[in-house]
Amino acid sequence: MTDIGFVRSAMTDARPAPRRTSGVGAWLRKNLFATPSDAVLTVLGVIFLLWVVPPLFNFLFGHAVGPNGTVEECRMPEAGACWAYISSEMEFFIYGFYDIPQHWRPNIVFALGALLLVPLMIPKAPFKRVNAVLFLFVYPIVSYILLAGGVFGLTPIPTEKWGGLLVTLIISVVGITLSFPLGIILALGRQSKMPVIKTLCVAFIELIRAVPLITILFMASIMLPLFMPQGMTVDKLLRALVGVTLFTSAYMAEVVRGGLQAIPRGQYEAAASLGLSYWKQMYFIILPQALKHVIPGIVNNAIALFKDTSLVYIVGMKDLLEAVKTKNDTALEWQSANTATTGYIFAAMVFWVFCFGMSRYSMYMERRLNTGYKR
Amino acid sequence: MTTLDTGQKLAPRASFFNDPVIRGIIYQVVVAVLLIAFISWIIGNTAANLAAQNKTTGFDFLWKTAGFDISFSLLPWSRASYYWEAFLVGITNTLLVAIIGIVLATMLGFTIGIARLSSNFIVSSLATVYIEVIRNVPLLLQLFFWYFAVLKAMPAVRESITLPFDAFINQRGIMVPRPTPDQEFTWVMVAIVVCLVAAIAIGVWATRIRTRTGRYPASIVLAGKFGDACVTLLVGFTALAILLNAVYPVANGTVIAAIVAAAIAAASVTRFAPIARGVMTFAVAFVILNFMIGGMLSWLSPVVTSAGAALIALVMASVVYTNATERPPSDARFPLALLILIVVAIPALIYWVTGATLAFEVPVLERFNFRGGVQLPPEFVALVFGLTIYTAAFIAETVRAGIQSVNRGQTEAAQSLGLKDGDRLRLVIVPQAMRVIIPPLTSQYLNLTKNSSLGAAIGYPELVNVFAGTSLNQTGRAIECIFMVMLVYLTLSLLTSAIMNWYNGRVKLVER
Repeated sequence: MTDIGFVRSAMTDARPAPRRTSGVGAWLRKNLFATPSDAVLTVLGVIFLLWVVPPLFNFLFGHAVGPNGTVEECRMPEAGACWAYISSEMEFFIYGFYDIPQHWRPNIVFALGALLLVPLMIPKAPFKRVNAVLFLFVYPIVSYILLAGGVFGLTPIPTEKWGGLLVTLIISVVGITLSFPLGIILALGRQSKMPVIKTLCVAFIELIRAVPLITILFMASIMLPLFMPQGMTVDKLLRALVGVTLFTSAYMAEVVRGGLQAIPRGQYEAAASLGLSYWKQMYFIILPQALKHVIPGIVNNAIALFKDTSLVYIVGMKDLLEAVKTKNDTALEWQSANTATTGYIFAAMVFWVFCFGMSRYSMYMERRLNTGYKR
Repeated sequence: MTTLDTGQKLAPRASFFNDPVIRGIIYQVVVAVLLIAFISWIIGNTAANLAAQNKTTGFDFLWKTAGFDISFSLLPWSRASYYWEAFLVGITNTLLVAIIGIVLATMLGFTIGIARLSSNFIVSSLATVYIEVIRNVPLLLQLFFWYFAVLKAMPAVRESITLPFDAFINQRGIMVPRPTPDQEFTWVMVAIVVCLVAAIAIGVWATRIRTRTGRYPASIVLAGKFGDACVTLLVGFTALAILLNAVYPVANGTVIAAIVAAAIAAASVTRFAPIARGVMTFAVAFVILNFMIGGMLSWLSPVVTSAGAALIALVMASVVYTNATERPPSDARFPLALLILIVVAIPALIYWVTGATLAFEVPVLERFNFRGGVQLPPEFVALVFGLTIYTAAFIAETVRAGIQSVNRGQTEAAQSLGLKDGDRLRLVIVPQAMRVIIPPLTSQYLNLTKNSSLGAAIGYPELVNVFAGTSLNQTGRAIECIFMVMLVYLTLSLLTSAIMNWYNGRVKLVER
């Protein structure tokens, strides 16, 4: 038998068992110490954390003055955040100058809003249609009657007295709910084949998107009264609402347009071949698909709007940020080194909770609605 | 009976009002009429309102004396200046903040966006926390925080905090030295520009030759080795001198540093180059880390921080050493050190030869305020800071989305071609990611420019503050002022989108 050199006669040694790919050690190795450079980054990151976290923790909790503390404790040289200031001024931050005995009215509005909004947001909750009608049409009227008063024996409270979180929420909720349909109409107009309507929509959208919100708000607060017939005054809150809604609707329109463009032509043709009218095509076939695509964009706009409500401060409205700033500047009885910082941190936390909540909800909805496209 | 087939499609028979064409015309006419009626109603109301308030309209106010102060202006400004000058001051101030903000936000944003994609858990978590916190808090609130809670809470002028390089920070802003170059320094500036252009030209030329022939030209390779040695000498000497003079003072530290650095530089042109690079990395990293860790964790004893810094520097040196041993031959390497040498050394030589001096006018604390130097007002600092930090979070998300948009197959294909990690990123991933990143990046730049109008809330004299604020209040010409301000932003926006469309046309995928 000839010697076939390239055929092994002996077994090779067994390879060493592969490294564990699960467990704490493997996780550490993979995520923190994969390479020497990685290890260096990890160590530097830990050093950074050691540098930042303890002082931050001490400021916010360790050396902070609790909600029941006194101003004297806040004025101690080593004191951290002054939470006592926040808890004592909380009413102002929420309601502004709204008459204190009447605070139950905004409270009912808040409770009603939560009661209607929560089932609307839970996909499995029943009676969606009734719920939506109640929230979109009945709730605003009830809220307005409750907040403004003047009928049913409720003391009238002018909008100048409204303030704090109440105004922030009113502007953002009204802005989002009104700008959404307006944005859809603008987006459809932009896609339209009629030149006059298309030009108008394009001009409106591009003009609004090109300028900062402040200039729109300036325009709404200074020029809107000029545009109205003589003797007719426009409520300041209404001016801000008009400005914010117009501004957001242009951005909504662009988001919705993205969704409309993502729908294949076949869908439009199929809808037309069913003999549906234009609005029925849109309502039953196109928009349900298009809007599903652009939920993240819509929620991003909602978040941006919620943050932008703080800009109404510049045209003299009293929102949450204005309330905090006013108290920071004027509450002499709470004057201390950290009062202003604590106030701004509190405001930031409120804004953060709302915005972060919205973004997480949108991610959840995206996952839920995405089922048809998952690969 | 025969039907006449003319080959033309007859319009479907429909009643006059159901004809889509007719309907479209009717709709449009109705909309146009309504719009015209609405606008004329508004114009009528406005005219009546203005007449009732005894106000005039027109742009003649632009040539009237403004008579107010502007706290910060690049252009010459006095109370006697005209309103149109105020308009220009507003525009320049807006552009100044926007440009500085864009540069800083891009650097920070790209760093954080890449950090967020890091496989290192701590690095990516830190980036995620940054993005999620900053993105979800209103910019105006952040500006207030920086302005009222940080900068306005700085000590009074007398107790200014001293920063490195003769800078001071106090309630009135940041004072930095003002450079006062003399006549000869112009030549140094010229040399810097010329050398920069020359270096780029050499780099492009050498790369072209390499693309054609497979290797860099011999002269460049030789010069590159020389550049390598020089840069090694300079950097090594600086690091070692600091190490031996400031960190561990030794007698004749400078001389020893010079000798050691020369030895390393000499080794860097021989086959011991990897060792030289390792040693140099250790020296540089140790000096930086020792300062950094010592400053950040001042509660630890210096021995511990130094030992930690040494350990980290050692690991970094070993990484650099390993990489250096696997480097391609020198005629296939981009001569980066040579280009650095050209840009740094030639101007330095001219500086020395011409005897130019670059003196700095240091701010000096006098009885009430600082004299000399440049004063950056707190409004400016807060606005730049706030805009940078806020926009960087959005840019980071843009960058992350762009890099993730590149198909994994591209990475695998590049790897199977045998490209190294750096080349894979530079030649395959980044060019494709940039196509996705640039459009949203531009819109972030535009957002930053528009957001600079929030400076009005903290008293930075930008366009909205100067023109839609002070000028409007003084003249009462609301419509004209707001119209002009909007026109500026509209122009900027249209200009940007025009450039963007041109860019998109250039880089878009060419498909069937």
